Amino acid sequence: MSEGAPRSDAAAILGRIREALRLPAKPAGAAAPGHAPGSAEIQPWLPHVGPTFDDRVAAFAAQAAVLRAEFFRFPTLAAAAHYVRDLAAQEKWDRAATHDAPLPRALLAEGGVLSWNVAEGYDKQALEAAPVGVTGCEALVAQTGSVLVSSRASGGRALSVLPSHHVVIATADQLVADLPAAFARVTAAYGKDLPSLLSFVTGPSRTGDIERILVLGAHGPKRLTILLVDEAA
Amino acid sequence: MSTAASTFQHDATAAAADRPRRDFIRFALSGYFAKRRVTQDAYGDWQAARQAAAEIKFEAVNHLDTYLEEFTRNAEARGTKVFWASNSAQARDYILNLCREKEIRSIVKSKTMTSEEIHLNDALEHAGYGVVESDLGELIVQLRKEAPYHFVFPCMHLKRDEISATFEEKLGSAPTDDPEELTMIARRHLRQEFCRADLGISGANFLIAETGTLSITENEGNARLTAALPRIHVALVGIEKVLPKLADLALLLPMLGTAGAAQLLTAYNSLYGGPRQPGEVDGPEEFHIVLLDNHRTRLLADPEQRDSLHCIRCGACLNVCPIFKNVGGHTYGTTYQGPIGSVITPHLRGLQDWKHLSNASSLCGACTETCPVKIDLHHHLLQNRRNAVAQKPVGWEKALYRGFVFLMNRPGLYRLSGKFSPLGLRLQAVVQGTVLDPLRAWTKTRDLPPAPPKTFKQLWAERRAGGPR
Repeated sequence: MSEGAPRSDAAAILGRIREALRLPAKPAGAAAPGHAPGSAEIQPWLPHVGPTFDDRVAAFAAQAAVLRAEFFRFPTLAAAAHYVRDLAAQEKWDRAATHDAPLPRALLAEGGVLSWNVAEGYDKQALEAAPVGVTGCEALVAQTGSVLVSSRASGGRALSVLPSHHVVIATADQLVADLPAAFARVTAAYGKDLPSLLSFVTGPSRTGDIERILVLGAHGPKRLTILLVDEAA
Repeated sequence: MSTAASTFQHDATAAAADRPRRDFIRFALSGYFAKRRVTQDAYGDWQAARQAAAEIKFEAVNHLDTYLEEFTRNAEARGTKVFWASNSAQARDYILNLCREKEIRSIVKSKTMTSEEIHLNDALEHAGYGVVESDLGELIVQLRKEAPYHFVFPCMHLKRDEISATFEEKLGSAPTDDPEELTMIARRHLRQEFCRADLGISGANFLIAETGTLSITENEGNARLTAALPRIHVALVGIEKVLPKLADLALLLPMLGTAGAAQLLTAYNSLYGGPRQPGEVDGPEEFHIVLLDNHRTRLLADPEQRDSLHCIRCGACLNVCPIFKNVGGHTYGTTYQGPIGSVITPHLRGLQDWKHLSNASSLCGACTETCPVKIDLHHHLLQNRRNAVAQKPVGWEKALYRGFVFLMNRPGLYRLSGKFSPLGLRLQAVVQGTVLDPLRAWTKTRDLPPAPPKTFKQLWAERRAGGPR
């Protein structure tokens, strides 16, 4: 930074905070001081999801329907690829934008859909004009109907939000019950070395800014398609 | 009367008389109420979740120094630059300096109320930088040169024909009465801005001390694009936004969505942990976080109202507030409208100039009841009233109460005054509504009921004497 650069005021702010906190505040509600609830306590207060895999699929499907996301479950990758081939024909994709991950690449290859890889670098305008971005994910969250994308599992930051249609491929073991489970999975996978972006994508982009009327595709994808495959092999 | 108070009184009178706009606001909020009930009912235990959220925020706010230091350490370890700003000027200078050093030409912003608080757009424009608001509602009010009406729903007061006229004038689009078409006009316009911009400015909803992560909640995807495409990303964040643990978001993200927009989760809840990391495809080269105090430590120093720093800016207290719904968002003249704005603005901008906001309340408590983090909002309004009077007593009120005490301690005098009060009331009826009426502030819009034929003392005496009941 140049000589005229502003100086960070950390010491002054921390000093004011410590001075202010010398007077204790009354604890929130009936809680004992120093008590903050952990994930295990939080879980039952959030919306409930059943214990089995089928419960999770049903919960995810119900949420996706409300959110106007398209959710399909396939027994094999080949079946999902067949669906993607039809989708490509219907929507007249010239090429699908994708990234360096085995599952989305296998999906497109098996579906015979031409693709290009954003990991080799991309032009912003070209990705903006792309009809579809096909990505993997970290997890699907049954409780909220969310897709957890990340900069590592989903081809960076733009691929899952810039093209007008986002197609996500996930495997059965990626479907978790709820938000506490999703955070636990991310922490188990990465520890503190998190991907620089983690995003819970809950339905297609939306806005209600005009007269509180719902419109899809405000800035991000107008369509979100989630393909869950029981057996990836 | 001070300027802010007289402006408030003037604007409130005008807004309350605008019946069609009031009906429109009520109608716009009706969908929120219906959907919020359904979303909230899906929780295993909403009240327990509220208590837990309050406890998490209590822990964070009451150990703010520890968690901010932990946050800064972890963020810097990932290559994020953290700058601490004591006030608006320091925050603005930092961002302006960054623009000059990095030779910024084009700036895109996603919604951040903190930037409204420090008047960042004005400062950037004054220095010659164009700034484009990318949140649809914020873009609309920016084009109209208005302030946001509601800190979550910035243009909820505008009808589609007004928005269409604004787009026609400022963006050259064809008129339309279709909200979808209007949204697509903004989408096409803003996507070009996103591809061009070299600086993205955002706010944040939470900071995670444990991981040095910033969390942004949104529906449109504009914050995602702001953090993905420009080569530099700056986030401007109030110091009270910090949370201890990553897992705390498992509770606070859905509660923010539920209380704020009646959604279990909004469309995008994104966590940013630094600039582009080695091996990643894209993302900004530099990521800066500006931590802003701007008198938040003043609020922290008041243990009675410290819990107002628990606020997650969901806006639910505005939606339920009878005052907000009748006087509208612009009348407040503050960055943060509604009950939470009335509570915190006197601390941020001065009690004597902003105490009138705490009087503009029916004390119905709807705000406290709806708050997802259990801030005792309506009691804080009362405390502001008390503090304002304690700090600067009002002369005529003091004299009036002294007179009242004098009278009440002298039964003979009190009886005598009872004899004269019917006469006083008759005189009042003659001057009612005119400048001679001492009660005109009250009687301007209300009728004073006629005095009963007998006083309570007379009735009591008759009853004791076995007279008519």
